[in-house]
Amino acid sequence: MSERENILGRIREALQVKAPQPGAHGDESASAPAEPAVSHARDWLPAVGPTPAEQFELFAKNCADLKAEFQLLSSRDALKAALVQLRDLEKWRQAASHDGELSQFACRALGLPTLFTDRGYDVQALEKCDVGVTECDALVAQTGGVVVTSRSTGGRALSVLPPHHVVVARREQLVADLPAAFAWLQQKYAPDFPSMISFITGPSRTGDIERIMVLGAHGPKKLTILCV
Amino acid sequence: MGTSVSEFKARATEKSGDLRHRQFIRTALRGYESARDRRKHAFQSWESARTAAAATKWQAVNHLDEHLIALTGKLEARGTKVHWASTAAQAREIITQILRDKNARSVIKSKSMTSEEIHLNHALEAAGFVVVESDLGEFIVQLRHETPYHIVFPSMHLQRGEIRELFQRELGNAPSDTPEDLTMVARRVMRQKYLQAEVGFTGANFAIAETGMISITENEGNSRLTSALPKTMVTLLGIEKVLPRFADLALFLPMLATAGAGQPMTCYNTMYSGPRQPGEPDGPDEWHVVLLDNRRTELLADAEQRDALHCIRCGACLNVCPIFRNVGGHTYGTTYSGPVGSVITPHLRGLQEWKHLSNASSLCGACTEACPVKIDLHHHLLQNRRNAATAKPAALERLAYRALGVVAGDPKFWWLAKKIGWLAQPLHAVVEGTALDPAKAWTKTRDLPPMPKESFKDWWRNRK
Repeated sequence: MSERENILGRIREALQVKAPQPGAHGDESASAPAEPAVSHARDWLPAVGPTPAEQFELFAKNCADLKAEFQLLSSRDALKAALVQLRDLEKWRQAASHDGELSQFACRALGLPTLFTDRGYDVQALEKCDVGVTECDALVAQTGGVVVTSRSTGGRALSVLPPHHVVVARREQLVADLPAAFAWLQQKYAPDFPSMISFITGPSRTGDIERIMVLGAHGPKKLTILCV
Repeated sequence: MGTSVSEFKARATEKSGDLRHRQFIRTALRGYESARDRRKHAFQSWESARTAAAATKWQAVNHLDEHLIALTGKLEARGTKVHWASTAAQAREIITQILRDKNARSVIKSKSMTSEEIHLNHALEAAGFVVVESDLGEFIVQLRHETPYHIVFPSMHLQRGEIRELFQRELGNAPSDTPEDLTMVARRVMRQKYLQAEVGFTGANFAIAETGMISITENEGNSRLTSALPKTMVTLLGIEKVLPRFADLALFLPMLATAGAGQPMTCYNTMYSGPRQPGEPDGPDEWHVVLLDNRRTELLADAEQRDALHCIRCGACLNVCPIFRNVGGHTYGTTYSGPVGSVITPHLRGLQEWKHLSNASSLCGACTEACPVKIDLHHHLLQNRRNAATAKPAALERLAYRALGVVAGDPKFWWLAKKIGWLAQPLHAVVEGTALDPAKAWTKTRDLPPMPKESFKDWWRNRK
């Protein structure tokens, strides 16, 4: 018999005895939990206002708490200006990005030599890039998070290997909360999900030395989100 | 037998007397506590979220066979190789063989307590592979040849000066003792290791039955790199980590971050559903997921304590535990320390040898209250005590209580016992503190109150 059958067999044997309900402290008369209502998670998680204005305000506040930079821009021209300003301020010389209408617009605005990761790339070359520019699948107001995937945003490494990650997003990509983000991913991809989906909430960090926060532990030291 | 208990007692005595250690750990955990409380209050209803999380985990664990079949079916359908390991030895053998097949020399690891549980690093090093822990805290304890102090904060017992000395000695580089500089030293060292490693190894926080995914939670981005750069990826998964639905993560990810580290959301929460897929530019060509039982099914068979398998390894119960705060993480001598470790270790490694952990508890219930998935932790500690006593009655203790029952049940015997005690107590001073002291366990840390010459009863009778 294979180990798979051994393990499943032991599980089935163990489950012949019913377990008491959670939190019942052995009181067997406690009623069975209704179908776990994660669909109600929205009512328990941190509150999010109903209007886009409130949601952008919350997103901005969360980004500030996370030490991520967020700018809500009024036009493509403003986006271009913001990118140019960042490029000059940080003296970027080499960028990396991926195919995409908005990401390509951003790369043209930067006007730097750009490594596109879509059709394979040299890891050492990507490691030497000053900035990784990606689009995203969603912005999450509730957490200040950005959702990227291996299919829609240039693979797995682009958003973590360069020291600065710039996300270019469209206003309509903002979702209110985590349940909405998961519902959106399911709607967009199921059953054929990208092999990696990542919720990025602030720049890479660690508190492993005396609980003092240091940014850029392994991933980007800086995360900039430009929304147009 | 007996070694783990005597070691526990010796280390606990030493650590609880180390005031510097106590102060340092308490300060760290108090900081964590206030951050956690702030984040809990941001929830509209933390209590409802806990109830729902417990119910979801209950459903997952009580239909574990169905969920594992769904999970592995989906994983395999997208090209992931699934392995099943009943024991730690089997898991080590499977992983070693994967590395051999790939002709790997080095493996880069992101944080995994399950790999600590099966002593994977030791096995891989013995087989000739170079193993690099990439999580900063794990990297530090690996350099010190230590086990993690805490399941979430592995190096929380070390001060910056100690880490600087360590880096100077082991890496030949430590410009200062600021956490910023030390972190950057580790970052630079690790970047090169990432580019060299043939195999990336990860643990797992959740597995999703519905969509066939593994979810990994981290702050540093090391796990993201581990799953992006090496050509082969290996993930070790305890079978209890499964959740039924993709949407469950919308609740569990913020709860894990809040309970575990007082964060609204951990920096990277990443769901993997396969190796590199057609049309994707990077990621491993091969992904192996190793499912580990290692006596989890024995815990599952104990219906009374089955909810201990709900544990999401957030560390909240360690952080609030008065025992953990005083004796520290290494004292336990187990992979999983603190209240949850005391509950599950007897199941995973033997009740008689590890029953003492269930006695190292004030039964205050702080752990049960802190647990985001409502594991009945302090009741389980009591149940372990009961089970241990039933399986192997303490004959001497039982005899002593029976004798006490006889003496206390008869006024004449009781009167005699008091008189003997009063007469014998002055003699106690001669042996106090020595090996001959019969009350040594008491007098080591406390005064023995003097026996009164006259009992209350005598005084009452004689007062006129």
